[in-house]
Amino acid sequence: MAPDLMRRIREAAVARIAAHADELTALDQAIGDGDHGINMKRGFEAIAAVAAELDALPAGPALQKAGMTLVMKIGGASGPLYGSLLMAMGKAMPGDPGSREVLAASLAEGVAAVKKRGKSEAGEKTMLDVLVPVLDAVAAGTGDPLASARQAARDGLHATKDMKATKGRASFLGERSIGHLDPGARSSALLVEAVCDVLEDKV
Amino acid sequence: MTDCVAIVIVSHSPDVARGAADMVRQMVGEEVRVAYCGGNPAGGLGTDIAAIQEAIRAVNGPKGVAILVDLGGAETNSEMAIEMMADELQGEVVLCNAPIVEGAVMAATEASGGASLEAVRATAEEFLS
Repeated sequence: MAPDLMRRIREAAVARIAAHADELTALDQAIGDGDHGINMKRGFEAIAAVAAELDALPAGPALQKAGMTLVMKIGGASGPLYGSLLMAMGKAMPGDPGSREVLAASLAEGVAAVKKRGKSEAGEKTMLDVLVPVLDAVAAGTGDPLASARQAARDGLHATKDMKATKGRASFLGERSIGHLDPGARSSALLVEAVCDVLEDKV
Repeated sequence: MTDCVAIVIVSHSPDVARGAADMVRQMVGEEVRVAYCGGNPAGGLGTDIAAIQEAIRAVNGPKGVAILVDLGGAETNSEMAIEMMADELQGEVVLCNAPIVEGAVMAATEASGGASLEAVRATAEEFLS
């Protein structure tokens, strides 16, 4: 893979979260406690702050360190959730993350870690409603994996609108959570888009 | 004092955490060790894994530690904190599925009599049933 791929993915992720922090906060104010945008922004700024250390590491250890940074800096449940995702992906990632098979295997470990950490599955109006279909699209290996991943993220995100939350703060609202996009699904979709943009050489 | 299960209170708010710890000390006394933390790493509302670990470390002992949390993120962050420090813990550390203030007082009351960690957790969780 290109030696600067991880750097470009990191920069794209940091920029995407920063650009959409207000939107994430607005979504979270509707059905959560309104801190998702600021928490994610703080976490990804902390990743940017250790950029030099991350650049010196191979892809797997860099992902693990980025995950640990999110765990320690976010301050909400998204810290352990996104942190576990990246740490498990990094642990499962060998030297060259450039192929679809490697990405699928690594993402599978990451998604399993999020399920375990959140005690949740797809269909409960969470980030998993984006991550699980994206993993399925990447793992299927048919057609253009990046185009399928983008479509799966979009569809997964929009499907959360009609779901009733049973996990996380939004579950306190019960039926009233219906009609709102899930903020965690939105941040996951943003990150999937950012990664796809880099892999498609759009940034 | 290390004969008793210790209590850790983890709230999104530093004021709630300190207030709950004050209530435990006033109602149960000093024999049960209580540590608390609240607020995110930037000082706003939220929880901070490093602070949770520091609180656990401050009261960690062979009889174990019962943690009381308020909302979701406090629970997820506490679970992560416990897993990350598994190597250095002397006794077991458990989360109680109980209201933070009432649970902390009930847990500490039970702990002050020298009860096991399992009994302390069960007493805290009785508030739910």
